[in-house]
Amino acid sequence: MKLATAPLAAAARLLDPALRALQRTTGERGMIAFFLLPNMAIFGIFVLFPMLTNFAYSVTGGNALFLADRSFVGAQHYARLVDCQNHLDPMTCRDDKFWTAVWNTARFVLLQVTLMTAAAMITALILNRSLPGRSFWRAVFFFPVLLSPVVVGLIWRWILQRQGLLNWAMDSLGFDTVNWLTERTSAFAAAVGVSVWAHMGFYALILLAGLQAIPKDLYEAAEMDGTRPTRVFLRITLPLLLPNLLVVIVLALIRAVQIFDEVYVLTGGGPGTSTLFLTQYIYEIGFASLLRNPGLAAAASILMGAVLVLLTLAQLGLARRAERK
Amino acid sequence: MTALAFLTRRRGGPGWHWTDIVTWAWLLSGLLVIFGPALWLVASSFKTPQQLAQFPPTLLPYIAQTATVNGEPKPLYRVTFEDGTTRTLAELRRVGIVAQMANPAAPDETFRVPIADRQPVRSLGLAWTNYTEPFLHFDFLTYLRNSVFVTVAATLITLLTNSMAAFALSKYDFRGRGTVMLLIIATLMVPLSVILVPLYSVISALGLFNSLWGVILPTVATPTGVFLLRQYMLTIPDELIDAARMDKASEWQIYWRIILPLTAPALAVLAIFSVVWRWNDFLWPLIVLSRKELYTLQVGLNTYAGELNVQWHYILAMTVVTMIPVVLVFVVLQRFITTGIASAGIK
Repeated sequence: MKLATAPLAAAARLLDPALRALQRTTGERGMIAFFLLPNMAIFGIFVLFPMLTNFAYSVTGGNALFLADRSFVGAQHYARLVDCQNHLDPMTCRDDKFWTAVWNTARFVLLQVTLMTAAAMITALILNRSLPGRSFWRAVFFFPVLLSPVVVGLIWRWILQRQGLLNWAMDSLGFDTVNWLTERTSAFAAAVGVSVWAHMGFYALILLAGLQAIPKDLYEAAEMDGTRPTRVFLRITLPLLLPNLLVVIVLALIRAVQIFDEVYVLTGGGPGTSTLFLTQYIYEIGFASLLRNPGLAAAASILMGAVLVLLTLAQLGLARRAERK
Repeated sequence: MTALAFLTRRRGGPGWHWTDIVTWAWLLSGLLVIFGPALWLVASSFKTPQQLAQFPPTLLPYIAQTATVNGEPKPLYRVTFEDGTTRTLAELRRVGIVAQMANPAAPDETFRVPIADRQPVRSLGLAWTNYTEPFLHFDFLTYLRNSVFVTVAATLITLLTNSMAAFALSKYDFRGRGTVMLLIIATLMVPLSVILVPLYSVISALGLFNSLWGVILPTVATPTGVFLLRQYMLTIPDELIDAARMDKASEWQIYWRIILPLTAPALAVLAIFSVVWRWNDFLWPLIVLSRKELYTLQVGLNTYAGELNVQWHYILAMTVVTMIPVVLVFVVLQRFITTGIASAGIK
């Protein structure tokens, strides 16, 4: 550790005379600016500025990349996105791909968040018991969270392929094999299942931290009264865990709306458009397809961003309420 | 406590409560469902292409034995004849469910054998070429180098810039501090996937398209990092800083010699997360990098899996390579990570 930080420490010492001079001439205010500058400059250029210009892209047309070369088209992109005879049926929409992605994402979010929260809750409750080797079990459930989406996608593509491990297991148990990734329903189910597999451990850990914060004497009192476990759960655990549970649900919603990486590697959005989600739509319209349309992609991303802003505001509100308790 | 008593320790009282059964069923199926796929990946990555094509698959990697017949290597099989005798023969060719086979020592005499009557001769063995070939003949060494560079550079810059900003935001009182904090909070709401188009044009305007710096820079000003470090620095007593000022320390020295060392635990958590995040990044590198020699491992692996759909033996081996650093981080620093998440709730 010493060896690794030695050159950095030397660099810091070399900088000191120059920074002392800066401090003498500009005072404390100058130093505050100096400390803030690197982070805020990067932040301003690569986060804030794009955030502010995103809207400008959504109301200008053409293929050009730079704003100066783009012509104003008003709300045309938004109009194209929302133009539908029947919003429930993407095929009646002018941009059928967008609405397919919207409804796929909506179904995905609903299913994935429900399943994942339930699984995370059960896992957290179980890990909160006195178990032999608890930190080992905690590690087991957390492990997939660190894996890259590409690795997750490829592991499961290998297992779910026609002659893969899962079909072999089903075959030997006497079930019919399923062509998991080439049938619409099963590919969608696979996308949900794989993303639950990959992220559940993270939410289980947050819930576990919440469970451990519940005073033990409440449980001891319940045990002395001989209360049944289901009742203990409904009357003590659930109400006291509710703030954490809400935070988990909103966090999971925010991440599920943006689902892309692992599903893209797993199915590529297919078969057909059955696992096409919003981020992939934005990526393809903005960058990948021959008929690139940055303005349309920007408009779609602003609509998605609006949902995310609402969810994040909800999360911040909930987190603040949980803190005050 | 004996080992058995330890292993069967349960929720108070004698006998098995139904919750104990649910607990162990959940834990064991979790072990199977979570570690099973990863182990299956590793086991498969050592199999030869012929073995990967086999159905039903074998659990462990085997290498088929071959014998040289007329100067060519042919796979060996143990054949059971109708009269019950068994012989080891080499397969010359196969038509449908019948194989033409011969004794390698006397290849002129051939036998027609239904393939159901034979078993391949094989021994446990690892197909190391799955690992060496992609590094020697494909660009995986370049991808690996790019990934390491992106991860290390981004993490160092993240630690430096985030800690400097956090220091200013926690230890100085200045006009506009609230505004800066609010701006940072605001960006929590706008993930990268929402600003892809304008960010791409910023990167292009700066000449960073098809450059690893174009991958690194947009990711380093993490709001979570600034928050995490600021929360931690707020707990460091201001008296330390006042005392240092008394001793004529410069503000830079206060940051470097006092605050940073005391923030080490939080810096460690941020470093771990940054390494994992940057190593795993996929969508943004996919957009910024279009030249093959600049691909990171994740992008390279995905492209490779798309182009060579049938070459699973290479894909699986390279997936294992991509997984290794994260697994190492996990094994060594597991405690840090799990407590870091529990306390900060970051990801």
